Amino acid sequence: MPDSAPTTAVAPAQRKENKRLAEAQEKYGRGKAIHTQGVRDKKLRRTLKAVEEKYQDAALKAKDAEILLEHDAGFIETEGELERTYKVRQDEIRENVGIETAKKGFELKLNDLGPYRLDYTRNGKDLLLAGRKGHVATMDWRAGKLGCELQLGETVRDAKWLHNNQYFAVAQKKYIYIYDHAGAEVHCLNRHLEPLFLDFLPYHFLLVGAQMSGHLKYTDTSTGQMVAELPTRQGAPTSLCQNPWNAIMHVGHQNGTVTLWSPNSQTALVKALVHRGPVRSMAIDRQGRYMVSTGQDMKMNVWDIRMFREVHSYSCYQPGASVSISDRNLTAVGWGTQVSVWRGLFDAALADQGKVQSPYLNWGGDGHRMESVRWCPFEDVLGVTHDQGFASILVPGAGEPNFDALEANPYENTKQRQEAEVRGLLHKLQPDMISLDPHFIGKLDTIRDKKNREEKDLDRRPEDPMEKLKNRGRGRNSALRKYLRKKGRRNVIDDKRIKAELLRKEHQSRARDRLQTEREELGPALGRFAKREV
Amino acid sequence: MKIKALSRPTASQQAPGTGVVRQPRNLDPNQHPFERAREYTRALNAVKLERLFAAPFLGQMGDGHVDGVYSMAKDPGSLERFASGSGDGVIKVWDLPTRGEVWNTQAHENIVKGMCWTPDRKLLSCASDRTVKLFDPYNSTSDSPPVATYLGQGAFNSISHHRDQPFFAVSSSQISIYDLSRPSSTPSQTLQWPTNVDTITSVAFNQTETSILASTGIDRSVIMYDLRTSSPLSKMTLRLASNAIAWNPMEAFNFAVANEDHNAYIFDMRKMDRALNVLKDHVAAVMDVEFSPTGEELVTASYDRTVRLWNRAQGHSRDIYHTKRMQRVFSARFTPDNNYILSGSDDGNVRLWRSHASDRSGIKSGRQRAKLEYDQALVKRYSHMPEIRRIKRQRHVPKPIMKAREIKREELMSLKRRQENVRKHTKQDALPKRRSEREKMILSKEQ
Repeated sequence: MPDSAPTTAVAPAQRKENKRLAEAQEKYGRGKAIHTQGVRDKKLRRTLKAVEEKYQDAALKAKDAEILLEHDAGFIETEGELERTYKVRQDEIRENVGIETAKKGFELKLNDLGPYRLDYTRNGKDLLLAGRKGHVATMDWRAGKLGCELQLGETVRDAKWLHNNQYFAVAQKKYIYIYDHAGAEVHCLNRHLEPLFLDFLPYHFLLVGAQMSGHLKYTDTSTGQMVAELPTRQGAPTSLCQNPWNAIMHVGHQNGTVTLWSPNSQTALVKALVHRGPVRSMAIDRQGRYMVSTGQDMKMNVWDIRMFREVHSYSCYQPGASVSISDRNLTAVGWGTQVSVWRGLFDAALADQGKVQSPYLNWGGDGHRMESVRWCPFEDVLGVTHDQGFASILVPGAGEPNFDALEANPYENTKQRQEAEVRGLLHKLQPDMISLDPHFIGKLDTIRDKKNREEKDLDRRPEDPMEKLKNRGRGRNSALRKYLRKKGRRNVIDDKRIKAELLRKEHQSRARDRLQTEREELGPALGRFAKREV
Repeated sequence: MKIKALSRPTASQQAPGTGVVRQPRNLDPNQHPFERAREYTRALNAVKLERLFAAPFLGQMGDGHVDGVYSMAKDPGSLERFASGSGDGVIKVWDLPTRGEVWNTQAHENIVKGMCWTPDRKLLSCASDRTVKLFDPYNSTSDSPPVATYLGQGAFNSISHHRDQPFFAVSSSQISIYDLSRPSSTPSQTLQWPTNVDTITSVAFNQTETSILASTGIDRSVIMYDLRTSSPLSKMTLRLASNAIAWNPMEAFNFAVANEDHNAYIFDMRKMDRALNVLKDHVAAVMDVEFSPTGEELVTASYDRTVRLWNRAQGHSRDIYHTKRMQRVFSARFTPDNNYILSGSDDGNVRLWRSHASDRSGIKSGRQRAKLEYDQALVKRYSHMPEIRRIKRQRHVPKPIMKAREIKREELMSLKRRQENVRKHTKQDALPKRRSEREKMILSKEQ
C-alpha cells in the first residue's frame, strides 16, 4: 500500500508489521533513520537506502532473537489491596523461592575489623570484602569458597576488583596496592597517595583513585602508565562513582557539588550543586541516564544527567551512607541502620508520573550501621555491609535475567576467562575515547571538510574583513563614525581620512561647547541634568 | 503475595557429563556499552593486521628470460597458461600453478612486441621483424616451427584477436586485419585514419561490441575504428602519447589508456570530451594498463620500476608493488581468476604477485572467513577516520620514487602558481575558462 491516503484504513497485517518494526526500532534501533527521499544524488540515495534497510533488518532480527532468551526476571506481586511489598521479610522470600536461590541469602559475622567495603566482579561470581582495619578477603560467594584472606595491618579505605577475578586493587593507608587471586602483592602504585576511593573502568582498563588531596588519578592497569592526574581543587572528595555508559567519573565533594571528569580534560566537564551538605554517595544506572545521590543533608536526589535536572528528591531520616542501582534499575539505599530498595524511580520520571511514594523492599533496623550496598550483577542479590559484618539479601526482580556470555559470563570456566581477558585487552579502549557522548567516535568532521573545500576553490572571493565588522558600533552612531570604523586600515593616513577625523574632532568640540553653554544656562543646581550629546 | 526470584540451574549452562559450554547471547544494547568505540578499536586492529600480513610478492616464473620481457598474453580459455615474449625474440609459455616453463621457442629475430591467444588456443606473436607468427604451444614441443607466418610492410607493434571471428588486427603505421582461415599472407583489410602517418603503438578489440577496435599512436592519438564500415570512427589527441589501451571487460564502452604523462586515463567511448577518471600516482611513463576480470580494478606497469593497483573509481592507487631487483616494468596482467598479477620487466623476470597483498590462498575455515569478512566490513565502515586511513595507505616506497614524487609535486605546484598569477593579472573577460583535471589532457577531437 504505497500511496494510500492517511485517511484510508491500514490492513491489519500491515498494521501488525508496522507495530513490530516500531517495537524493534525502539529497543534495538540505532537512532533516527536517514530520510533518503530527499537525497538528490541517485547513487548515494541507493547506497543510503541499502544501509537503512540493513539497519532495519538488524533491528528486526535482534527483536526476533528475543525468543531465545531463556530466563524471566523475578518479582514480588501483591495480591490484595492491603498487601505491601515493603512488608515482606527475608525469611518469607526464602520460603517462597527454590532452595538453590534461597541459599544465596546469607550473613557473615565480622565483628572486629569492620566496617567493610564490598565489591563484586563484573560477572558477579566473586566477592571482595575489605575491612577498615586491614582485613581483606575474596570469596566465590555462591560456592562459599574462600579465595584468599589478607591481614594487611593498616587502614584500608576501599577495594575494587580489576577486569576479572584474578586481580584486585586495595586503597591502603598510603598507597594503592594490587594483589592477585592468591593474595600476593603484585604492584604498589606509589603515585596514588592516601587514596580514599577506587573505581575501575573495565573497557578502558583504567584504575581511578580519588586522593585525600583532592586529586583524581587514572592508571592504565594493562601498561602500568599513569594516564591522567586531575586536580579537583575542592578538598578531600566524599564519594566517587563511574558512569558505566560513558566512563565519565563523578566525584562528590564536601560542599555538596558533584563534578564530572574525563582523563582528557584538566578541568571538570560539569559541576552541579546536588546537595546542601557533603555528598555521601552516588550511583548511576547502566544506560547513563539517571544519577541517584545521597547527602549529609538527609536527602536522596534523583538527577537526569543528560539534562542536569533534578527529577525527584526524597527525604531520609538519616543521611544515606551508600546507594547502588541494579541492572533492572532497582535502587538500594543504606541509611542509618536500614536498607531500602526503590523500584521504578526512573520510570516515573520517564512517564512523567508522580513520584514513587513507598519503597519496594526494606531490610535492617537491627542496630547495625550500614556501610555500603552493592548489587550483584545478574543475580537477585544485594550485598550489604554494616559495622557487624556482611549480609547477602534476596531482592526479587533486581538482576538482569539474560546475560550475554561474550560480555560477562557468571558461569565462565578458566579457558573462557582467559580468552575474555585476551579479547578485552585487544579491544581495550583508549583513554581519549572517553567523552560525555560515547557515540562521538566515527562522526564526520563536516566543519573541517567545508573549510578544506573552500580553500580548494581557486575562484573564491577573497575575504573582506570590513564586511564582517558590525554595522553599529558602541554609543551613538553617525554616518561619519560608521565611515571611520568601516574604512579599516587604521594606520594608513590619507587626505580623506584626515578630513574625516578633523570633521569628527570639530563635531566633538562643538558638542562640548553646547553642553558648556547649556550648563551655564541651567545654573549650578540643575547643571548636572544638561543633556550630553556625543 | 507472589514471589519469584531468578534462578539459573548450573546444569542449564553445561549439561552434566558433557564438556560443551553454552554461551547465551543477549543483543540488548544496554548490555553492550561503548559500542562505537569498541567497533572502532576493532576496525583499527583489523586494518593493522591487514598491513601486518601484507606480503604481495610470490615469486618469479621459472628462470625468466635472458632479455627484458616486453609483452605478455594470457590464455582467455585457461586459468593456467600464459605467454611472455622477450627482447631477443624468444617466446615462453608458463604454467601458473607450478610456476614452471612448459614451452619456448626462438620466434623472432627482434623484440617480440605483441602477443595474443586465439580462441582455439594458438598463440599469435608479432615483432619488429615485420612478421606475425602463429604457434601451437599446446600441441607441439618446444622450438617447433610456427604453424603459419604472415608478412607485413613495416615493423609490427601490437596485435589483438577478434572475440569469435578468425581474424586479428596488427598495427604498424596502419592497422592490418589478417584472416586466419585464409592461407594468404596479405591483409584482408587495412584501417587508417586518413591523415595518420605515425606508428600505432597498441591496438585492442572490444570483447563485447566485437567489431569495435581501438588504437593508440605515437602521434598522441586514440582512435576508434568500426570493422563493419571498415573505417575509423573518431580520433582524440591527448597531450602526450599513450603506450597501451585496455577495454573494461564488464562495462564494454569504457577503456583505459596508459599515458606517457605518468597518468592513466579511463574514458567512455560514447563521450570522449572528458575522462571518467584520471589515475595519478606514477612518477614516470605508464607502459601498460589492464582491467581486472571483474572490471573493478586496474593494474598499471610503469617506467618508474613499479606496478600499481587501482580502484576504478578512485584517483590514487590502492597499492604499489616493487622489489629491489625489478627494473622498468613493460607489461602487467591480472590472472583470469582475479587473484594474482603478473609483471614483466626489463630485467627479464616475470613476477607473480597477489592482487590483494594480505590475502592468503588455501582453504579457510568458516569462522576464519567470517572473521575476515567482518574485518573488511569494519575497515570499510570506518575508512573515513584519519588514523585508519593513514594506516591503510601507509606503504614503503623506494627512495628514488619518493624523491621523484617530491620533485614532481614541486614542479606541478610552481606551474599551478604561475597559472594562477597569470589569471590574477588578466582581465576578467579575457580569462580562459578553467578546465577540469579530467579534460585538461584532451587537445582535440575529430569525428
